[in-house]
Amino acid sequence: MNELLHALTLPHASFLRYAFIVGIISSIPFGIVGTYVVTKRISYIAGAISHSVLGGIGAALYFNFNPTVGAIASALIAAFIIGFVSMYAKQREDSVIGSVWAIGMALGIMFISKTSAYTASLMSYLFGNILLISKTDLIIVSILSLIVLVICCCFYSKFLAICFDEEHARSRGINVGFYYLLLLCLTAVTIVLLVRIVGIIMVIALLTLPSAVAAYFSQKLSSMMVLAIIFCAFFTLAGLGTSFIYDLPSGPTIIIFGGIVYLFIAIIAAKLGRRA
Amino acid sequence: MSLKEIISFENVSFSYNKIRVLENVNFKIKEFASACILGPNGGGKSTLLKLILGLIKPNIGKVKIFNSSPEKMRWKIGYMPQYMSFDSLFPINIMDVVLMGRVEKHLFGRYSKKDKEIALKVLNLLSLEGCINSNFSSLSGGQRQRALIARALASEPELLLLDEPTVNVDPGVEEDFFEILEELGEHVTILTVSHDIGFVPKKFKNVLCVNRTVIEHPTSQLTGDVISQMYKKNMRIVHHDKHACIIGDENE
Repeated sequence: MNELLHALTLPHASFLRYAFIVGIISSIPFGIVGTYVVTKRISYIAGAISHSVLGGIGAALYFNFNPTVGAIASALIAAFIIGFVSMYAKQREDSVIGSVWAIGMALGIMFISKTSAYTASLMSYLFGNILLISKTDLIIVSILSLIVLVICCCFYSKFLAICFDEEHARSRGINVGFYYLLLLCLTAVTIVLLVRIVGIIMVIALLTLPSAVAAYFSQKLSSMMVLAIIFCAFFTLAGLGTSFIYDLPSGPTIIIFGGIVYLFIAIIAAKLGRRA
Repeated sequence: MSLKEIISFENVSFSYNKIRVLENVNFKIKEFASACILGPNGGGKSTLLKLILGLIKPNIGKVKIFNSSPEKMRWKIGYMPQYMSFDSLFPINIMDVVLMGRVEKHLFGRYSKKDKEIALKVLNLLSLEGCINSNFSSLSGGQRQRALIARALASEPELLLLDEPTVNVDPGVEEDFFEILEELGEHVTILTVSHDIGFVPKKFKNVLCVNRTVIEHPTSQLTGDVISQMYKKNMRIVHHDKHACIIGDENE
């Protein structure tokens, strides 16, 4: 532990400081959007969006532009495709989600395999590498976090209404389709932030585990969000610290840490007979 | 003084995927002429409510609400959807559920002080003031149902639409529920959907029988023939002092 605190103050170890700061800042959108994803039960949609991100990253590497731009573009495209299909063709929703999931990955792997210089970085996109985060990433993460936070604060009551009871919201004249798409877009942006930290494969876990733990202690959606933010920051920082001290890959350490806490709480809750 | 016309259907037909659900529907409902919508499952009751709310548009004919289009007048309608569609694990308290009845009032931000005052008022009206901060899923079926009516009332409606309000409520609680409806009926026009025939004659003056088409009856004229025609089955109606009950004849 002392070793970690010492390393954080070293002048040449800026990557470690960035990693910790990004971990804390990004916990805000993760906690908020994760709560919507868990309560609206769209984690499979989040899964499809996260895997489709690889397509955008691959294209960016192949055509030589910023991978974060590629990631955001492909995440938003995936969100729109899934959003429109789930609004207008409900019975085919799961097939489309599965296809977006697989086609996104396939495109990404195809592009990356043709970009020989970057093949090694495939692993870091799949499994994340928070220690590769630069100052630019820190700025991008801060801006995107702020956007998600502002939109979610402005439309809190609308999102709550459509997550709880879509039909009633529609009867009040709320444009349910618009807010649903907006929510999917926010999910897409948040996923791109997460990919940096835990990678494409494990994104769903870091998006849903903190909110799932928070759900055990919450009577209101807003308190679930606040708790989810705290749990998310806690998982990220504890996972990062552990991975640094024992020289483990950071993404998997964070996820395993969150998974253990979730199981622990779920077992205690089951013993006490509380609701899931 | 003549009463305002609240709902009017003129030659309305509606189809889902080319299957005709409602055909040539004509009826009018005036202010305070609360009615029960009755009919078999799949007969078009919920479709009728959705047409009134303007959530769907008729293929043929015209729906008018408060002498205007449903989309424009939707805000005057308080709506309680069927109970089935709720997620019992959702972290939300009663106050937040009731405030949802006013969700369209502000484009941005949180609910105002006035919204909260109105929510408290309707919670009092439905005797839920003791569980404002309780979790929605921790309530009994009857309390939940009242909370959802409170949400519909928080919209300060002139027309209240209730879709199967007693479907998950115990018989004892159902009685209380009718009393609440009777009280409310003095201030707002109520349309209640039910597939339970016994539900109707107790509290409603008018019945709309819905099975592909809509026929209006005063409850007193609700006879076995009417019911049989609607349910395509032999039924007998038994009138007690105040109530009537319908007995289906299975050996048809």
